[in-house]
Amino acid sequence: MARFLLIRLLQTLPVLWAVATLTFFMVRYAPGGPFTAEKSIPPEILKRLEAHYGLDKPLGVQYVNFLKSLVTGQQPSIRHSNRTVGEIIRESFPVSLELGAWALLIALAIGLPAGMLAAQKPNSAQDYVPMSAAMVGVCLPTFVLGPMVVLFFALKLGWFHTSGWNTPGDRVLPALTLGFHLAAYVARLTRGGMLEVMGQDFIRTARAKGASGLRILTRHALRGGLLPVVTFLGPAAAGLITGSFVIETVFNIPGLGKYFVGSVFDRDIPVVGGTVFFFSAIILFFNLLVDVAQAWLNPKVRLE
Amino acid sequence: MKALFTAACLAVLLVGCNKSADKPAASGGSGAKADPGFGSGPAVAPGKMILHRGNGSEPSDLDPQIVTGVPEHMILMGLFEGLTDEDPKDLHPIPGVAERWEISPDLLTYTFFLRKNAKWSNGDAFTARDFFEAYKRMLEPTLAAQYAYMHHVVKNAQAYNEGKLKDFSQVGYKVIDDHTFQVTLIGPTPYFLSLVNHTSWMPVHLPTLAKHGKPYERGNKWTRPENFVGNGSFTLDQWKVNEVLTIKRNPHYWDAKTVKLDGLAFYPISSSETEERMFRANQLHVTETVPLSKIPGYRKNHPDLIRIEPYLSTYFYRINTTKPPLNDQRVRKALALAIDRASITENILKAGQIPAFNLTPPGTGGYTARGKFSGDLTEAKKILADAGFPDGKGFPPFELLYNTSESHRVIAEAIQQMWKKNLGIEAKLLNQEWKVYLDSQRQMNYQICRAGWTGDYVDPNTFLDMWLTGGGQNETGWSNKEYDRLIGEAARTGDAAARHELFQKAEIILMDELPIIPIYHYTRQHLISPKLKGWHPTLLDHHPYKHLWFE
Repeated sequence: MARFLLIRLLQTLPVLWAVATLTFFMVRYAPGGPFTAEKSIPPEILKRLEAHYGLDKPLGVQYVNFLKSLVTGQQPSIRHSNRTVGEIIRESFPVSLELGAWALLIALAIGLPAGMLAAQKPNSAQDYVPMSAAMVGVCLPTFVLGPMVVLFFALKLGWFHTSGWNTPGDRVLPALTLGFHLAAYVARLTRGGMLEVMGQDFIRTARAKGASGLRILTRHALRGGLLPVVTFLGPAAAGLITGSFVIETVFNIPGLGKYFVGSVFDRDIPVVGGTVFFFSAIILFFNLLVDVAQAWLNPKVRLE
Repeated sequence: MKALFTAACLAVLLVGCNKSADKPAASGGSGAKADPGFGSGPAVAPGKMILHRGNGSEPSDLDPQIVTGVPEHMILMGLFEGLTDEDPKDLHPIPGVAERWEISPDLLTYTFFLRKNAKWSNGDAFTARDFFEAYKRMLEPTLAAQYAYMHHVVKNAQAYNEGKLKDFSQVGYKVIDDHTFQVTLIGPTPYFLSLVNHTSWMPVHLPTLAKHGKPYERGNKWTRPENFVGNGSFTLDQWKVNEVLTIKRNPHYWDAKTVKLDGLAFYPISSSETEERMFRANQLHVTETVPLSKIPGYRKNHPDLIRIEPYLSTYFYRINTTKPPLNDQRVRKALALAIDRASITENILKAGQIPAFNLTPPGTGGYTARGKFSGDLTEAKKILADAGFPDGKGFPPFELLYNTSESHRVIAEAIQQMWKKNLGIEAKLLNQEWKVYLDSQRQMNYQICRAGWTGDYVDPNTFLDMWLTGGGQNETGWSNKEYDRLIGEAARTGDAAARHELFQKAEIILMDELPIIPIYHYTRQHLISPKLKGWHPTLLDHHPYKHLWFE
């Protein structure tokens, strides 16, 4: 186990390096730069601005500095001129983490039971109702669902603010919107996984031995049935906790997602680098978690 | 669980059906559930008169010498005060830190007499030295201030800014005594007093800057709330990035007794739809804009909440005049004439925009252009035929470039149709992401492209000097000697009427040659709570905060 973890951690290094390199060259070669603006800047001012941010140096030097800054996080943002990349991530990540955690909780609380219920009696009303709802959830993008829940719960019923991130109540609507959307996927994956397991021999054996339905579900089927959900949840959770641009825009939430997208539009090279790097690191970490969880859930998978 | 889930899904679907509630009319007057205070904004009480307003995007910084955007300007107006201030009704220069000024007979020297009770927000006395030091910083090459060119009307300022002159004492700023500050200009600049209202002329407190970083470089931390020192009617309270920025009454402000609001809260809301929902839920008193689709509804059902105000800004198309067939003035004129502007403003934009037949918005500093291009479709067809393309035959296909946005697309499609129907010319539409589009425009890598220009100050010069040969904002390749001469002469002319006449002549040339096709003059749209008072329509959309109050 320790050996497996060590190897996997070492494997992440070249991946992170590749991501950083690609990011740097893509954003550097994109047309327009951080100082391209509607009112064009006099050439001598532009030269000094570029010098200030080290963008006048040879590309190789810039690249090395870029890699260094990813490690330290000390590089100042160009768009947010008195903040460093490290500060930006430190300020906005907790918000995204909290929102993502709530959403994940909602997704699991709705998705898992719905999927299990559906799998219990496939092709019955018990299956069709939650699965149709899940289909709607999958198809309904968050930028449609978000405004809809605001119109109903905030404007019509007046229970919550339409947007913001001040009071505990402000967490409800964005978490619901994100959570609902994800719950739909979770429900469908749970149903699929459970159905597959429920048809296997060892379940029939358990049934023949007279185990109750609940016992079969919790003791025998659940571990195997949840494998697809766990696999899906790794990258999904990484995406959730690093912020959602759409949700943050609809609900005006100060999360990381806005920087992730906005920095590319601004060609804010240090922030693009920092957020992409951070996001990749989290994805890699969650994939590692998934691998460990899979080994635990499925005896067939061996870590060594 | 299933029941709950089903119920939840049903609820979601129901909301979907309820989409008609989307219209402000429905939610405003739909019986029992109607909110009596629709559009009244957050509650205010004595001692808690906080104005909540939408402010577009997150301010990049609060350093008046570094920032360039409108959202920053909206905040800085409360945090700093320049030599002059703006009249709340028409923005004409009124005394600010300077209580009066004298202008020399040759119009080149301005002597400002500063009020003795002016103070910084930390209680420090404000002296003429502060302006001197601040303007020195503005022009310091190491700061690389993007708006330093706003100071280039001052003697030797440009040379110092470009690093060609090292001795700052030769620049036209002079401290006569603690309360007298003198500025010497290179030419008579009738709009000078309005110019000094721009953020680039606001003072900064050098001792504070020195405490929190390198004073003459970017990335200084002095604009953090715990460090901030300003001299405006308000001072920085809280800055929660991407959430809200609040400013509060500055007790050291010389005119604190005039200030009625206790503070303002600026929300960076990038989505106008989100902003409109916040207004409807009484979370805002003023919105930054109004979603295009909601304007007709508000105009019809809540005319008391929506304000549509003229704005010092024009929407136009740039033409790359270096390549055939668009290097032919006749072709450009035919294209300009074949656009039905009223149909665009009335059917697409619907917010009182004014169809534009010239560049400078009407009434800019008392100037309304005579030089408007005119002609009907018959003439458009005739001159296109004269140019060698009868009924558009043989006209090479060309691209119309715009930056990715719903409203630019719709306008471009309408114009594409008009050109096809009226002239028989095929235009292809091409959209590019903002910075890619700006880059294409700068490299002149386009044929026709969408553009907009907002004046920096209320004077025709801000619209007309950009078309000088080789000017940084020209980007059309157009050049005209007589035009250059007229604009140059205007810069040396002190008499307002004679100067306006020079601009008139210049704009007549511009509208005859048409390196640009004006489409419409912008308006600003806001949703405003009726209890907010003292808000007047102004051309720059500035509403000096010390004159606002609630009723």
